[in-house]
Amino acid sequence: MKKEDLLEDRSPIEDFLRMDRIPHIWCPGCGIGIVVTSFAEALRKSEIDLDKVAVVSGIGCTGRVAGYVKLDSFHTTHGRAIPFATGLKLANPELKVVVFSGDGDIFGIGGNHFIHAARRNMDIIVICVNNFNYAMTGGQVAATTPIMANASTAPYGNFEYPFSLPYLADASGATYVARWTALHLRRVTKSIQEALAKRGFSFIEVITPCVTLYARRNRLGDGLNLLKYYYEKSEIQHGADTRTLDISYQGKLIVGKFVDIEKPPFLDCMNEHLAKVLGEKYQAYGV
Amino acid sequence: MKADPKGVLTGAHYLDGDYALAEGALAAGCRFFAGYPITPSTETAERFSARIPYVGGIFIQMEDELGSIAALIGASWGGKKAMTVTSGPGFSLMMENIGLACMMETPLVIANVQRGGPSTGLPTLTGQQDMMQAKWGSHGDYEIIALSPDSPQECFDLTIEAFNLSETYRVPAFVMTDECVGHMHERVIIPPAEEIELVERKWYTGPKDKYLPYKPDKDMIPFMVKAGDGYLFHTTGLTHDERGYPVIDAECQDFCVRHLCDKIRKNADKIIRIEEEETDGAEVIVVSYGITSRVAIRAVQKARKAGIKVGTLRLITVWPFPEKRIYQLAKKVRAFVVPEINYRQIVFEVERCTAGEAPVIHVPHCGGWVHDPEEIFKAIKEAAK
Repeated sequence: MKKEDLLEDRSPIEDFLRMDRIPHIWCPGCGIGIVVTSFAEALRKSEIDLDKVAVVSGIGCTGRVAGYVKLDSFHTTHGRAIPFATGLKLANPELKVVVFSGDGDIFGIGGNHFIHAARRNMDIIVICVNNFNYAMTGGQVAATTPIMANASTAPYGNFEYPFSLPYLADASGATYVARWTALHLRRVTKSIQEALAKRGFSFIEVITPCVTLYARRNRLGDGLNLLKYYYEKSEIQHGADTRTLDISYQGKLIVGKFVDIEKPPFLDCMNEHLAKVLGEKYQAYGV
Repeated sequence: MKADPKGVLTGAHYLDGDYALAEGALAAGCRFFAGYPITPSTETAERFSARIPYVGGIFIQMEDELGSIAALIGASWGGKKAMTVTSGPGFSLMMENIGLACMMETPLVIANVQRGGPSTGLPTLTGQQDMMQAKWGSHGDYEIIALSPDSPQECFDLTIEAFNLSETYRVPAFVMTDECVGHMHERVIIPPAEEIELVERKWYTGPKDKYLPYKPDKDMIPFMVKAGDGYLFHTTGLTHDERGYPVIDAECQDFCVRHLCDKIRKNADKIIRIEEEETDGAEVIVVSYGITSRVAIRAVQKARKAGIKVGTLRLITVWPFPEKRIYQLAKKVRAFVVPEINYRQIVFEVERCTAGEAPVIHVPHCGGWVHDPEEIFKAIKEAAK
């Protein structure tokens, strides 16, 4: 029997990955791979046409996701994945466009684009891997670092208030908002499936271990220790008020699906409005 | 291929340069415009936003210029011809992603209606001060194409040309106009659609598993596909091989950078457009571009009346630069005169190309207004001595 015939030698995720680019660059114990696995599983379960799914990433550890998924995939500049995705989606509305990037990329350098894409209800999915620090560059303090946590540019501990990502997404107009940890593999998958089935701006935050930098600097142990923390301190509260979702250092992690509403996305608004105002002369777009 | 009549407003119009840029884009088949308001370029976005609902396409006002240029690259990979318009400060903000567009070999067009700088400078007054930034503004080695219209008519014509060049060479193309041309109203003739010749990027149609997004074709330009067509391609701002996969080493960097530069450098003769008058036997040649070339006409006429043999060379494409032609002329003339609305930019390029064969007299103007033709005349007289 040939090796490739052995069923157990091949993971179903391989259909979704550029196997010629494996092994990946992520550290042992990193949570990004878990989120990619969930994403692949969600694509498989959704039975979605993979030719019509595009992934856009920015820069950073999670920014590398675009390079590993076997889809039309774009590894763009730091912070600009969302406006890139906006252009891609509007130019080819039949695409499902998924932005896959980190907290520093989406909420540090790219924060303005996030709130505006949510405000417009741009029909894209944003998956943010939140590891509480800038990992690719060596563990610097981020807009998501909890107060007290140590980072390489906050060597005496962070004293800045961090963003609560679901609260920001909700306030900006997102129609789907969920938060999970890398421990909640199946729930992440389900959220991505729901987002894929939805029209509008969907946001999924996944809190993940950064063993090499965040955890080591804060003496939090290895990946297993972090997953144990998620297990002990996470609490599922579907529909929780997004104002109550702040994360304190090693404190409680409220997870769940917080927002799931229907609202016409950007292109529907554009087509409906202009058709109403301009009448028959309007050339409807992307329908 | 011919233009789609839907976007072509055939007829004689009285338009300003900014509006003509928008009409040129629509005639060229641009169906995606992302922009951010900035004086003195905003009228182009306004015109496009008013016209596109009747043509079929997207206008989106982005949250900033960083967003505009990123959206353009995305839209181009989504299969649309895409454009934005801006001025100095916005152009500065776009620089990083102009590098990405070059690296990903993405066709798109940026019009820069220049104003006086640096910084906020002179928002409402003219300048030609972003000419070097157009060439060098993003980090690393790359090449772009830049055109310089001298009238609203050329704003229309050269926007079409910019799209054609951008699509041909898979490179960002800039229409480097200025406040004066942008706000100047003149007659603009828009021809019938069947008289407008358009070029589209080379679409790949071969087997899906054989597609290599960065494999140079015989003419050096790789074939392109759009997202959603099933090629499952990858593209990145990192140094990459023919597959578009990142390869972080010196060898791949050499392949990648040489390709990005050489596809323009080796095709420069095909891209460059200049307009010469009476350069044969000229003692002095005035090299200029955009609005300044029109201002220089008065000085040239006066000099000719005074018996000086003056030729003119107008740069229609500024980048790539007509270095061979300048060098040829340098061996024949007594001197060059370079008036421009900045404090030494394109004059450096002329000096470089003359290779010491002829002196170059610069006529600077720091911006805010066009030259007094008398200053250019004085320089011509000086050059003829």
